[in-house]
Amino acid sequence: MGKRVALTGNEAIAFAMRQIDPDVVAAYPITPQTDIVQYFSSFVADGEVKTEFVTVESEHSAMSATLGASAAGCRAMTATSSNGLALMWEVVYITASFRLPVVMPVVNRALSAPINIHCDHSDSMGARDSGWIQLYSENAQEAYDNVIQALRIAEHADVRLPVMVCSDGFIISHSMQNLELLEDEKVKAFIGEYKSDYYLLDVDNPLTMGALDLYDFYFEHKRQQAEAMVNAKRVILDVGKEFGLLSGREYGFFEKYRLDDAEIALVVMGSTAGTAKAAVNQLREQGIRAGLLKLRVFRPFPHEELKATLSGLKAVAVMDRAESFSTLGGPLFTELRSALYGEPGAPPVVDHIYGLGGRDIGVEDIIWIYEDLQGIAEKGTLRAPVNYLGVRE
Amino acid sequence: MSGNATVKSGWKDIPRGGYILEAGNAEQYKTGDWRSRRPVWDEKRCIHCLRCWVFCPDGSILTEAGKMTGIDYTHCKGCGICVEECPDKVQALKMVPEGEAGEA
Repeated sequence: MGKRVALTGNEAIAFAMRQIDPDVVAAYPITPQTDIVQYFSSFVADGEVKTEFVTVESEHSAMSATLGASAAGCRAMTATSSNGLALMWEVVYITASFRLPVVMPVVNRALSAPINIHCDHSDSMGARDSGWIQLYSENAQEAYDNVIQALRIAEHADVRLPVMVCSDGFIISHSMQNLELLEDEKVKAFIGEYKSDYYLLDVDNPLTMGALDLYDFYFEHKRQQAEAMVNAKRVILDVGKEFGLLSGREYGFFEKYRLDDAEIALVVMGSTAGTAKAAVNQLREQGIRAGLLKLRVFRPFPHEELKATLSGLKAVAVMDRAESFSTLGGPLFTELRSALYGEPGAPPVVDHIYGLGGRDIGVEDIIWIYEDLQGIAEKGTLRAPVNYLGVRE
Repeated sequence: MSGNATVKSGWKDIPRGGYILEAGNAEQYKTGDWRSRRPVWDEKRCIHCLRCWVFCPDGSILTEAGKMTGIDYTHCKGCGICVEECPDKVQALKMVPEGEAGEA
């Protein structure tokens, strides 16, 4: 059995990184990710890890140094939030395109401007097309578990893609929660030794990375990345099962909460799922058949599994903690509705953009969404596909 | 392998991530077809000072035993630096439009 402890989300992530003991960590502090780097640097200073810790002058440099270390053949990690991720942008794409298995905790925080340090998903959602796998966590336990699994997913020979492990700023990162840590040796055995087949410090087999790649080959390399994302679906499930055997906590693409006999359901990512579970419990006591689907894996998007799970429902609401400014709702809504499009018996889907800049969301807000869903289920039509929950008119 | 091979491999058959697995592979990339003008060498005027060899950014000046022997048109991109560097009093190199050059 693992050890039961009380830690913040950031402490739990830093502890996972201590157990992983990466060859290189290059990171720059930014609220609310700062604690991860701070705790990890104390592990380095105290000799608890062998990691080469590179202090850099910006997030662009952090991602660049991490990419360089990974290309050289190292197991390399970094972590960031919000504008830090935005500053990394160029190298975020390059890391995925170079097929480097970097794992990066992203502590979700609203993007500027206006400047705001609190949680929404606009930072990682902006990077949804960068070619990284994205896992979202409901609490500190999931953030810890996801970081460990992310190594195995990223480094798998059929995948070789970087992974962002997302957790909600402050709500997860700074609140103390009970969780179970695995023993160090179990984590070490689970992640194994990392050895890339192609790496720059392999002096016997010199290779070039980053050569000019024009209209005659670039397209083929993008097609390879798309295929790696398809492969990632199988690997994510395999790793989630194996992690379940190790820890008793099995992971898939999503968690179904009282969904099997539900008539109406909510699709949500991150810490709000915990609040929504409380709402579901209250509604169930009143005899309302409410269910919840908590999406863990946003990239690759598990469209077939979502379609199979949600098709029989009478109405579905999506909660998006990011605005895409498309005028067609948030990113989760548009992708989910696209997945359901053309499916006979597909339920009407309504979007609620919520919680931007850390705007609080309560059980009563989510109960209101379910009550609204009951009306949609009865009529079979939507009043408006896109709504803003909790904004002042 | 990038380059201008006539039959190109599909996405399943090339190294991932644009990696190039062979050293010294730039030689296989035939950049000569980028050229709109070419340097033409007059052997009789040449004093073999090798300024062109020093300045050629692509190693396209061919030499043997310290003397210039010709130009590698398979790789020469036609930048004209060699013509610029050839001493004014010598003028052993001049740029000629591709259509007027004839085969070297």
